Amino acid sequence: MATSATFRVWRGERNDGRFADFRTDVTEGMVVLDAVHQIQAEQANDLAVRWNCKAGKCGSCSAEVNGHPRLMCMTRLNQLDLTVPVTIEPMRTFPHLRDLVTDVSWNFAAKKSIKPFKPVPANGDGTWRMAQVDAERVQEFRKCIECFLCQDVCHVLREHRMFDQFVGPRHLVYAAALEMNPIDAESRARDLKARHGIGFCNITKCCTKVCPEDIAITDNAAIPLKERVIDQLYDPVAKLFRVLSNHRASPS
Amino acid sequence: MEYQTHDHDVLVIGAGGAGLRAAIEASAGGVSVGLVCKSLLGKAHTVMAEGGIAAALANVDDRDSWQVHFADTMRGGQYVNNWRMAELHAKEAPDRVRELEAWGAMFDRTKDGRILQRNFGGHRYPRLAHVGDRTGLEMIRTLQDHGIHQGIEVHMECTIVQLLVDDGRVVGAFGYERERGRFKLFRARALVLATGGIGRAFKITSNSWEYTGDGHTLAYDAGADLMDMEFVQFHPTGMIWPPSVRGILVTEGVRGEGGVLRNAAGRRFMFDDIPDNYRAQTADNEEEGWRYTQGDKTARRPPELLTRDHVSRCIVREIKEGRGSPHGGVFLDISWIKERLPHAAEHIKKKLPSMYHQFKQLADIDITREPMEVGPTTHYVMGGVRVDAETQMSTVPGLFAAGECAAGINGANRLGGNSLSDLLVFGKRAGEFAAAFARQAPKGAIDDREVDRAATEALAPFERGAGGEGPYQVQYALQELMQNMVGIVRNDADMRRALDCLEQFRERARRVGVGGHREYNPGWHAALDLHSLLTVSEAVTRSAIERRESRGGHFREDYPDKDPQFGAFNLIVRKTRDGGMEVSRAPIPPMRDELKTIIETIK
Repeated sequence: MATSATFRVWRGERNDGRFADFRTDVTEGMVVLDAVHQIQAEQANDLAVRWNCKAGKCGSCSAEVNGHPRLMCMTRLNQLDLTVPVTIEPMRTFPHLRDLVTDVSWNFAAKKSIKPFKPVPANGDGTWRMAQVDAERVQEFRKCIECFLCQDVCHVLREHRMFDQFVGPRHLVYAAALEMNPIDAESRARDLKARHGIGFCNITKCCTKVCPEDIAITDNAAIPLKERVIDQLYDPVAKLFRVLSNHRASPS
Repeated sequence: MEYQTHDHDVLVIGAGGAGLRAAIEASAGGVSVGLVCKSLLGKAHTVMAEGGIAAALANVDDRDSWQVHFADTMRGGQYVNNWRMAELHAKEAPDRVRELEAWGAMFDRTKDGRILQRNFGGHRYPRLAHVGDRTGLEMIRTLQDHGIHQGIEVHMECTIVQLLVDDGRVVGAFGYERERGRFKLFRARALVLATGGIGRAFKITSNSWEYTGDGHTLAYDAGADLMDMEFVQFHPTGMIWPPSVRGILVTEGVRGEGGVLRNAAGRRFMFDDIPDNYRAQTADNEEEGWRYTQGDKTARRPPELLTRDHVSRCIVREIKEGRGSPHGGVFLDISWIKERLPHAAEHIKKKLPSMYHQFKQLADIDITREPMEVGPTTHYVMGGVRVDAETQMSTVPGLFAAGECAAGINGANRLGGNSLSDLLVFGKRAGEFAAAFARQAPKGAIDDREVDRAATEALAPFERGAGGEGPYQVQYALQELMQNMVGIVRNDADMRRALDCLEQFRERARRVGVGGHREYNPGWHAALDLHSLLTVSEAVTRSAIERRESRGGHFREDYPDKDPQFGAFNLIVRKTRDGGMEVSRAPIPPMRDELKTIIETIK
């Protein structure tokens, strides 16, 4: 491995930015975030980067490394070609704040718009029983570390900027975890269609490809939710049944 | 000066497990609640917790009860715990876990569909409710997703630099938000500190950058007592290679699932040194240890599952005596279970997915095929703000503390799994009693001059500019010092030298300068964190000098034995009138007879 490498880092505020080159030493086992920290400590104290755990568990250090959405803490330098500069940019889908940091607050608002967990009544002893196999289906979604790389790469958000119409893959995963929870009593199908824009997802699987937790976002979350929406809102027999029963229930 | 001002009845500082749980409870108490996060919501250090939440649900072994959990916690803490906190914790943890399920947590299940529990160091029975090896993530996400619907006002990426005191009572806090670098003034009737630990004072640590002892320092500066600061936990198994991952945690769950520790000669050295007070409950041969990890109730636990302080010291001994692994650690091997189990590789990946992923990605090691290299890493501080067991109020009225930044429950050493349950049990209590306090407390007066002074001080690094002392360089020097002089093995001479060095670092910290502007400027944040790091480092060092014995996480090579005299008190750290740091002794109140009986019966 080379003993030093060049990192081409995006610097600047609120889209008024440019690349700046930094050369720094590279040692065995280093990840991109190590290089950024080294540059920060030795050459640019004010280089802005968001990070916490440096172990791939908190999902804070998302960025675009050589154009690919990655967690900087889990991207080893020995997987990159160090004979040419390594580019490090902020996630381009979200409003830029400074250097490698973006404003991801929209994600928190989008999550809040999804109806929360509502448990079915507990057993007599105040607890619930469920099979491990049912728990596992939901646990896959709950591995999500909210790094928002799936949101970053989703073209509905990235190219079409439909933030007010589509909650993005992260929140489809969140909704799927709630909907498939065996003890959840809430229904989110109508919201998914009308408020959360599930129809905009055209299952190109870009989100699945970048997920650092290997969640099968499209196959296991988005598509089953789409089916659920169709079953509940478009099935002609069910619809007829609903119309008739509604008719009886509420004359208005 | 003008500041962005926020009014809350209760302000919770810190948004990990304890802070979120406190905020939820305070909000349920009918008061307005503000929650300050140093990072984004849901990113706090709780996400790193792996193994599980200790609670005597008795789902897997019906011999478990709060009494056994209490006795285990006290034994692990070497009996200098606040026994009332240990009692409340053992009694209330099961309800707190079930409550998480009611809020959407998805734990692993037993065959009959209940919450599954696993073995862990120092716990007599399988007690840890868990989700693979990512229990902390499950817990913080559950609290977060529930919390956002409880009317709590969340202030993300905001750091508090000073508490505001009026007539001996805490009435507010002053800090800055990272995004724009603007100051924020919080007025509150009660405050809860839930800022976590101090791991960043050491070079090798499993802790994230946020863990700079902020809550400890805020409380200390506001006049509150700190307690047990000499007790720092060095987790026995951190990654050691490659250098950039040094310190990252390797969960105790690896050993709970059958992983064994070996030295360079292949010997399971943990069998060589089993402390007397654990001999009766520890396996004396490898076969029995294996059976224990596979759920055989007649078997005793393998010595790898002894308490963390002991395992760490055994590892240090192996390394020091030349029996370490190539990169200066020892071997932790889970791959050997393929001799015992069919489909072992799949089993390991299922039980320890994050560990598999972590080693594969960061160290090119496949843990299903080869052993890991591990060594001790700074993990947790048992010491913290001295609090009342029932209410979690500190010695300063209106100031509460919960979770890692509070002291008491863990004594001299914390058992794995007791942290997550501590966050829930005492987070809830802190929130409940802070709300009760706020309901009857009038709004205090904020001293504008004090606030202006804090603002001027916070901006001083900019005045000195980029030509000043580098903030990172001071931080690195301090971490190096604490690691080498006040680490796992301590002695009087080293620690006295450390105190001198800390004084020099304080001088250097006064000269620290940063360039650029206030918006999201990490150099500035690093400069502001130095005060906390220096304060907690001094508190740890002074307390460790004073405790002339070895107990739990505190090991003195010049006093290698436990001394019953020192078991009769806790050490208190307090700020004197002239700003100096004073260490004193507080006798441990006598334990209720009923609890004594429990400890004597459960051996």
